Amino acid sequence: MNNGPRNKTLHQPAEQRIHNFSEVNLGFDDNLMMEEASRCINCKNAPCRTGCPVGINIPAFIQCLTKNDKDGALAVISEASLLPAICGRVCPQENQCEGKCIRKAKLGGSVAIGALERYVGDYGLKKGTADLKAPAFNGKKVAVIGSGPAGLACAADCAQKGFKVTIFEAFHKAGGVLVYGIPEFRLPKDDVVAKEIDKLKALGVEFRLNTVVGKAITFDELKEEYDAIFIGTGAGLPMFMGIKGENLNGVSSANELLTRVNLMQAYKDDAITPVYCGKSVAVIGAGNVAMDAARTAKRIGGGEVYIIYRRGREEMPARAEEIDHAEEEGIKLVLLTNPVEILGEEGKVCGIKCVKMELGEPDASGRRRPIPVEGSEFVIDVDQVVVALGTSPNPLMRKSCKELEFSKKGTIIVNEESMATSVDNIYAGGDAVTGAATVILAMGAGRKAAKAIIEKLA
Amino acid sequence: MNELVKIYDVAPRVRKYVVHTPVVSKHCLPGQFVIVIVNEGGERVPFTICDFDREKETITLLVQEVGYSTHKMAELKEGDSLYALVGPLGNPTDLDQYENLVLVGGGIGCAVIYPQAKLRKQKGLKSDVIMGARTKDLLFDIDEFKANCEHVYISTDDGSLGTKGFVTTVLQERIDAGDKIDCVLVVGPMIMMRNVAELTRKYNIPTVVSMNTIMVDGTGMCGGCRLTVGGETKYACVDGPEFDGHKVDFAEAMNRSRFYREHEDKCRLRG
Repeated sequence: MNNGPRNKTLHQPAEQRIHNFSEVNLGFDDNLMMEEASRCINCKNAPCRTGCPVGINIPAFIQCLTKNDKDGALAVISEASLLPAICGRVCPQENQCEGKCIRKAKLGGSVAIGALERYVGDYGLKKGTADLKAPAFNGKKVAVIGSGPAGLACAADCAQKGFKVTIFEAFHKAGGVLVYGIPEFRLPKDDVVAKEIDKLKALGVEFRLNTVVGKAITFDELKEEYDAIFIGTGAGLPMFMGIKGENLNGVSSANELLTRVNLMQAYKDDAITPVYCGKSVAVIGAGNVAMDAARTAKRIGGGEVYIIYRRGREEMPARAEEIDHAEEEGIKLVLLTNPVEILGEEGKVCGIKCVKMELGEPDASGRRRPIPVEGSEFVIDVDQVVVALGTSPNPLMRKSCKELEFSKKGTIIVNEESMATSVDNIYAGGDAVTGAATVILAMGAGRKAAKAIIEKLA
Repeated sequence: MNELVKIYDVAPRVRKYVVHTPVVSKHCLPGQFVIVIVNEGGERVPFTICDFDREKETITLLVQEVGYSTHKMAELKEGDSLYALVGPLGNPTDLDQYENLVLVGGGIGCAVIYPQAKLRKQKGLKSDVIMGARTKDLLFDIDEFKANCEHVYISTDDGSLGTKGFVTTVLQERIDAGDKIDCVLVVGPMIMMRNVAELTRKYNIPTVVSMNTIMVDGTGMCGGCRLTVGGETKYACVDGPEFDGHKVDFAEAMNRSRFYREHEDKCRLRG
């Protein structure tokens, strides 16, 4: 066993990366990979596996890596996940597999499972799709609505079992949040996402882009043509705070900023889609999307970027790594602070008025409730405000499939084991069910639904 | 897919494009819009559907050359195809409960109200139309409106056709003449829609406006199209595009619609 401390992945230096959109985390090279793989004790209980929403046999793939058997490692991961190059990059491993690793507390830190998975995933992408081909058609057809992580995972599993799968996507590119939301510097679009999607195409999955289900094709039409339907439409309408000044020019949702920059590639010199680049930007919220928005604003605007959050650092919902990266890039955390008004001049943002907060008793979420400190108002001069407070479910689905049961919040109600909705042969998963959550949870839900579809129909 | 089967010039720098799109033509209704990407790598631009033919599987878009993408569109020839087209988006017009509907169109907005006039005629419902433009060369499809509406009134700013003045001049005349007006549907520049709404407010005539806001996705994801209606934030793409004209905060909407015009020279990544 290697008793050494956890190996760090290679990174693009902060002072360099704030001037480009290339990937920040460069992963392990071959030597680091071997070093890190040898740190796995291959313990019997493998608690890491219980932390993985898709149940990858983690010790088994790492054991392959210790022998430099990359094909073997890829085969082990492929049993559970078709998209390791994506998950290795964006899963919150510290709360999942790595959070359960027995080396976490004392033995030099958890094994860097995510970085090892990514290494294997990237190896798989280099191999291409030559080994993949569509299995014999089992006679049944599945419609998947939305090509984000939930839809891709569901489609992959169904396709491997011989279903004819069609994915309907509203945008002109497949990938959902993987292409419109998560920035290029965290998840490369052409080199990673598009190649992972090519694997599905090689399995015979058909992508119907520019097609909004409920508008361009009705649920009844889908039900007629397909034996099962999986809804993975993701989260929807961006939430705003409801404070004065939110509709001033220069205020946008994180979704809008990220979509313009990621999907529409507004950061490129030859891009047609415009994007507003403030010289001093306030990002409201402290989740992963807020970190993505702040780091994007830093790259396109180059000025000061503040993350304003009403609770403390401990309570920030973003991954620790994302917060660290943001701080390394010079983004300022303005904690225990809540915006009360966005100030404008001639219709444009010129500042944000905030109030200081202190933490009181724990609230329903178990986190200490932030309480405004009287008389503590102050103004930060900014010319752009980006609101990253999450989303509420898209009303399109409710309007177009009225038989489905929805929660009060507007999310789709499912059986948590099978992801079956209230309507026969319609399944759902991902943010459309949970509200805004993570890529891997969505993929886990997509796989659960696929399992149920396969058991019922194959 | 998305082949331009016919292109007509209808006014200077204004063209009609008949686009072959089986899915959209099958499901669209008056009041809805599509989002178009002209060439690969282009921006997403919303256009209201101004006619459709379910048998020929086509929709018609009216495009005024005003910015980068519409210039690119002007370069396309019959037989060329649009890179992407998604729709129908937004909610259809729903004004069948009004017996005496006045349609008001300003400039190219006339094209947007046309399918409503046509559909009402097919359903046996009446409508009058007021068409307005700066000058007569900018007006088109008058005969089509005559074929589908009870009365066709025209205004031009310079008096070259119809009443000299604005659509509001004509609307005021009709109100003064005692016309029974149950509802007004108005489509055109925001300032015109606001002026019509201000006029009808005085007479308590329900007034519906179609908000052509900035949009990216058009499906309720980006929030770029948000506007304030009756004190609440609404999204033009999924809640609209038609709203109660008496409740829309036009000053805010007009300010927002100007935003990217000021940023036409986009900032780029610093060196």
